[in-house]
Amino acid sequence: MNQAENQKVRFYQTGTYTVGNRLLDGDIRTVQASSDRSNSLDSGHRACQGCGEALGARYAIDAAMRETNNQLIACNATGCLEVFTTPYPETAWQMPWIHSLFGNAAAVATGVAAAMKVKGRQDVRVIAQGGDGGTTDIGFGCLSGMFDRNDDVLYICYDNQAYMNTGVQRSSATPPAARTATTMPVGPEPGNQFGQGKNVPLVALAHNIPYVATASVHDLHDLERKVKKAMSVRGSRYLQIFVPCPLGWGSKPCDTIKLARMATECGLWPMFEGEYGEITNTHKLRRPSKVDGYLKLQRRFAHLFKPGQEGQLAKMQDLADTNIRKFQLLEEGSDDE
Amino acid sequence: MNKPFAITLDVGTSLLNHTGSWRTERPVYVDRLPPCNSTCPAGENIQGWLFHAEEGNYEQAFYTIMEDNPFPAVMGRVCYHTCETACNRTTLDDPVGINAVERFIGDEALRHGWNVEAGEDSGKKVMIIGSGPGGLAAAYHLRRKGHQVTVFESAPKAGGMLRYGIPKYRLPREKLAGEIGRIEKLGAEIRLNSPVSDVANTMKKEGFDACFLGFGAHVGQQVDLPNDGSVPVHDAVTVLRDLENEQLPDLHGNVVVYGGGNTAFDVARSATRLGALNVTVVYRRDRDMMPAHHEEIHEALEEGVQIACLRTIKGISDGQLELEIMVTGDDKMPQATGQTEMMKADVLVQAVGQGVDLSPIANLQGIVENRGVIQVGYDMQTGCAGVFAGGDMVPSPRTVTDAIGHGKKAAKNIDAYLNGKIYVAPEKHDPAPYEELNTWYYSDAPRSIRPILDVARRQSGFAEVVGNLDEKTAQYESRRCMSCGNCLECDNCYGVCPDNAVLKLGPGKGFEFKYDYCKGCGMCVEECPCGSIEMVPEDI
Ligand SMILES: Cc1cc2nc3c(=O)[nH]c(=O)nc-3n(C[C@H](O)[C@H](O)[C@H](O)COP(=O)(O)OP(=O)(O)OC[C@H]3O[C@@H](n4cnc5c(N)ncnc54)[C@H](O)[C@@H]3O)c2cc1C
Ligand SMILES: Cc1ncc(C[n+]2csc(CCOP(=O)(O)OP(=O)(O)O)c2C)c(N)n1
Ligand code: SF4
Ligand SMILES: [Mg+2]
Repeated sequence: MNQAENQKVRFYQTGTYTVGNRLLDGDIRTVQASSDRSNSLDSGHRACQGCGEALGARYAIDAAMRETNNQLIACNATGCLEVFTTPYPETAWQMPWIHSLFGNAAAVATGVAAAMKVKGRQDVRVIAQGGDGGTTDIGFGCLSGMFDRNDDVLYICYDNQAYMNTGVQRSSATPPAARTATTMPVGPEPGNQFGQGKNVPLVALAHNIPYVATASVHDLHDLERKVKKAMSVRGSRYLQIFVPCPLGWGSKPCDTIKLARMATECGLWPMFEGEYGEITNTHKLRRPSKVDGYLKLQRRFAHLFKPGQEGQLAKMQDLADTNIRKFQLLEEGSDDE
Repeated sequence: MNKPFAITLDVGTSLLNHTGSWRTERPVYVDRLPPCNSTCPAGENIQGWLFHAEEGNYEQAFYTIMEDNPFPAVMGRVCYHTCETACNRTTLDDPVGINAVERFIGDEALRHGWNVEAGEDSGKKVMIIGSGPGGLAAAYHLRRKGHQVTVFESAPKAGGMLRYGIPKYRLPREKLAGEIGRIEKLGAEIRLNSPVSDVANTMKKEGFDACFLGFGAHVGQQVDLPNDGSVPVHDAVTVLRDLENEQLPDLHGNVVVYGGGNTAFDVARSATRLGALNVTVVYRRDRDMMPAHHEEIHEALEEGVQIACLRTIKGISDGQLELEIMVTGDDKMPQATGQTEMMKADVLVQAVGQGVDLSPIANLQGIVENRGVIQVGYDMQTGCAGVFAGGDMVPSPRTVTDAIGHGKKAAKNIDAYLNGKIYVAPEKHDPAPYEELNTWYYSDAPRSIRPILDVARRQSGFAEVVGNLDEKTAQYESRRCMSCGNCLECDNCYGVCPDNAVLKLGPGKGFEFKYDYCKGCGMCVEECPCGSIEMVPEDI
């Protein structure tokens, strides 16, 4: 009687939810699990304690380095990621890296990619990266142009949902109801407005580029898979990674990954992939939950839990429910192990 | 100055910037005590041996068990597994099948002939009385410390209640013999048919330096009942002993067993196998108050044993038992109602407890007896210096596992005693409760089920009822362990650190923090699945 055959046979205790796992074959562990990961973004950087952006950047760039055999150049927009890594003359980047301006990372990357092409160095791949402000607002023209020309660049947006480096101002990626320096929790509908902002991953998809995806620091396997997929194709690709910011969100530094996980599981951060204008895959929820738990851990949403704010809170739940429906985030037997 | 345009300073690495100075708390790796380990009466490092089984290294798992318990094949069958009751996984789905995996490992060890080695000869001699689990565990651990041991056993075969109490269908004798044989191979001498009637005298005569008493409780007790002689009455331990000695007890027709403990069910189930027409267990309290293990009751019911609860036996006449109907009072105690009913019986077996025969220690000075058992200190030593005791003859829950734990503990203290020292147990780690785990990371995994013999075959013979797991399932089941409080090498801390401040040391070696760079964000603690990192304040 072989009982294991009726059960899921490839069972590894923590499965593939953890970074590594001594029971897994090496090739199904993450890049981050290996002792020889490139640590493209090294220790000594000046990001806050528990910075999700620092983490997301190392995850993504290390994965891209692995895929390109370390033949990689990064063009960085202004923002925390640039400031905390590279206070002249010091740098935390262990790779060729260039910073020019706040709004032109996509254009600089386009130029670098063109130069590599001219030099016959098709093996060298180019990444542009920046915060949500640098991407969805000020850098948006350059980004859209890059998509339009289908330049051979992977653009990674580290979405911490506001202009963090200059003191937490609202961006077009700031969620409704959130308190920022420019959307204070005052008046009958405190915090950021409902019904504004833009969903840049969907806008990117509308450019019919080869690959678009959203990812999050809480699901490393998924994130690395998406980077790998992005590096396997040429042309313009776009990846937006959810990176909680303890300073700007008013959350505990130790809760960064937990918040990212909760954002996805409640439906507020849907993870999907698309190719040439069509959504091809959505990440199903494993332990679906309500938005409250996620919002409660962040001071930027504290006002939602004051008396009289039930309607605003319900609107947040509506946003999540809409995502769950729209991206079809639910599935029978959610555990994918 | 030979620098590129607009560059005035030498480019440096961020590694010069020791961000560790920001920290007010530091993460440290800890080992916590998982609930399975902390409740095991034999003190097994269950999480520790499951860790090896997870990798398929059953031999190492066996050696880890053997540090504490020389009977994995026996325990994997008869242990009441408090570990599973306490298992943190219960909160997530169902407890890890620790008992089933232990049995698998125990059987593997017997199949492959794995064994440990005795310690270097110490020149000391220890006398052990009783070859039950208590005495044999003491003998085993003393041999590993290099002491000579002689086990005196009054019965013709070794094993105590493992052999003369627990029936074959729960513990096949070749498994028992295999594990006892392994202890003998370590050089423990077992003298069968050798009752000791005067411990003080034998100790002196043969020059033993210390002694362990493991008499067990073998005197079957009986409730005095008015009996016209129409129904033969036996006590349970005698019946089970006769069964083992192949002097088949005459359990025919309507067999009634009086008592609600495991012993009662062992008799009832044996009677079924011997061909009794009807077997009924009569118990004076409510069903849920029965001390018998629920699995045992469940299997007995499957085999057709009947249970009459809230009944006491008042007397025996004309081949019938007069039963008084009881009710449960507010204090949960049974209360007599005065109402009676009759039950037909051909044999009555009383399973109402066992006493200890303490006559062999009458001549020892300083022994303190209390309610039929003898008092021992924290070191398992009796009031008489150099004489230690354990198992059923000391105050205890009277299980095999407790007896094994006593034997181990006594051996450690005897070893210290023989070396003129006092044994100090290592300090216990802090507990690893469920709340310390981050269960997001564990995959869904339903508990596996052990194969079980068809009821028809169980009713007609003494073949083993519960089967073994196959290798794949045993490994699967061990991998359900969440490794509570002990690093499972999942690389989470190494991965989730935004400051790349964790060093991976390689398989089996774990991780180390780079405190020069760790900012103390605590993410590693939060995301560690098994709760084996904690934050401690820095002294600033
Ligand atoms: C029917 C039955 C079923 C049980 N089932 C279980 C179970 O499933 N799981 C569980 O955990 N526990 C079970 N128990 C309890 C368990 O068997 C005992 O707690 C355990 O065996 C006690 O171990 P021990 O070493 O103290 O004594 P014992 O196992 O009783 O062994 C004592 C030995 O000492 C010998 N001895 C005694 N006096 C002398 C003397 N003067 N000279 C020489 N030899 C002597 C005896 O002959 C005997 O062999 C059961 C008990 C019974 C009666
Ligand atoms: C043209 C221009 N305008 C404004 C700034 C100031 N500035 C620097 S970083 C930054 C905010 C960056 O926000 P975001 O892109 O979201 O990145 P984050 O810091 O949040 O990671 C701003 C407004 C600038 N450097 N250049
Ligand atoms: S402000 Fe936010 S994004 Fe910037 S370094 Fe701090 S945590 Fe990271
Ligand atoms: Mg931002």
